[in-house]
Amino acid sequence: MKTRVAVRWAAALVVLIALPAVLSSYQLGLLTKMLIFGIFAMSLDLLLGYAGLPSLGHAAYFGVAAYTVGLLSLRVANNFWLDFPAGLAMAAGVSALFGLFALRARGSYFLMITLALGQVLWGIAFGWRSLTGGDDGLPSVPRPRLPLPWALTDGGPFYYFVLAFFAVSILALSVIVRSPFGRALVGIRESERRMEVLGYDVWRYKYVAFILAGLFAGVAGNLFVYFNGFVSPSYLNIVFSAAALLMVILGGAGTLVGPALGAAVIVFLENMISAYMERWVLVLGLIYVLVTLFAPSGLVGLVRQRLGSHPA
Amino acid sequence: MMALQIERLSHSFGGLQALSDVNLAVAPGERLAIIGPNGAGKTTLFNIVTGIFRPSAGRIRLLGQDVTRLPPHRRAQLGLARTFQITTLFPRLTVLDSVLLAVQGLDPARFTLHRPREAYGHLRERAESLLTEWGLADRCHAVTGRLSYGEQRQVELILALAGAPKVLLLDEPTAGLSPAETASVAEMIRRFSRDTTILLIEHDMDIALELVDRVTVLFQGRVLAEGTKDKIRSDPEVAAIYLGTDDDA
Repeated sequence: MKTRVAVRWAAALVVLIALPAVLSSYQLGLLTKMLIFGIFAMSLDLLLGYAGLPSLGHAAYFGVAAYTVGLLSLRVANNFWLDFPAGLAMAAGVSALFGLFALRARGSYFLMITLALGQVLWGIAFGWRSLTGGDDGLPSVPRPRLPLPWALTDGGPFYYFVLAFFAVSILALSVIVRSPFGRALVGIRESERRMEVLGYDVWRYKYVAFILAGLFAGVAGNLFVYFNGFVSPSYLNIVFSAAALLMVILGGAGTLVGPALGAAVIVFLENMISAYMERWVLVLGLIYVLVTLFAPSGLVGLVRQRLGSHPA
Repeated sequence: MMALQIERLSHSFGGLQALSDVNLAVAPGERLAIIGPNGAGKTTLFNIVTGIFRPSAGRIRLLGQDVTRLPPHRRAQLGLARTFQITTLFPRLTVLDSVLLAVQGLDPARFTLHRPREAYGHLRERAESLLTEWGLADRCHAVTGRLSYGEQRQVELILALAGAPKVLLLDEPTAGLSPAETASVAEMIRRFSRDTTILLIEHDMDIALELVDRVTVLFQGRVLAEGTKDKIRSDPEVAAIYLGTDDDA
């Protein structure tokens, strides 16, 4: 059982390593984006799927990291060892702050507070033109220069750069969700009251999960601003947060592969439909309706159903 | 030192006085039933003792320590456990997973996040030995929400026992069970370690009196009577309110 899982992981990794050989540079860019958004979706799943916390403001931590890296590399220095950790620190710091407010509420109130807090950041990015460029965003963010034989400005090396972060993130998250801490999060999702009387400091677990989710969202935000070379307030707003939720739900909340898969599907569809950008949100809504109607436990749930295996 | 001591406890919900001036002392190893009609304040009392509600007035001592202001998880770590009247199990987790959570709750590893739980063999051993001891080993991979009501009650009791509590509060453990299930749950309670102090809320007076040493009767948020089983059985006031007979009957 365990070796079969390991073999599957290894096979997936080999495929991801080999793919650049057969993809056009455009397709490779798309795949890079899928991996970045995959990290983002997995980070949200730690909250939604494991701790049962439906955040509708998760773009905040992605966006804060992206803006931090963008601003530092444009205005201070394009130094990976400074900019990247600073992006993570900002994402974790903002989630540590927002968590204090959001975790006072439960259920749909939690959802509304995370939404409101996220929109505050969107408002700052939108309004503070001298710092953030307002709705024009931050253009021409450079890719990091690392002491590697390959330049990250090229698609191929950059893809492997992102793949390394993706692999480390999924590995770290899979250890976390299987740890005593991660199992306790699932217990909290199922019954908070029960966990309290079993001796768990429920608030502390939720708070740490909230910060961890913000941190991994920061990894994605950092990578994205390098990838895209550009960040705008739309990466902080509710539509992006909702898209992330949809990636998780579409793929299958409470699994790590699911959200990564959901992210890939959403990125792919957005790319196909991007000719009609105005209608993209409509399509997102439609996907949401279809998923809740026909695949409430997501794509992973569908596959498991077919294979007849039990839910986790 | 008392296992549990409740002093001048009062609690109100808005205008409703749920508990007034309740005093209660339970010695280590003692088994006490708390009986009384619906709305007498029994479950409210448990919620205050476990820390889910904070009382309007009064003081609670657990094993000599004042816990009135401690949150529920701190009280649990001092050795307090409870079951719920309304099942609040982990419906989508397996029985083993649920018991593992209960075992892990008082273990120093409970906050570890850099190692998978499988690395802590002692947690699993403890969970499995609990399930074997209480006869649910063959159900350990069943999803809790799909168990029969009686089996869910057994899981409920095992979760409460997992941390080897010093004081255990049982809130109507046999409510809604068939006679056969009731008998098996009662048998389980009888087998609990005599070191565990037990407070039992029970609607079924026969079962309550059979399982405990002493009885406290709550009525409209006040202690109406307390004493040995025989004393309570023969108390005309208790008979009047508890059995629903008229005062002048």
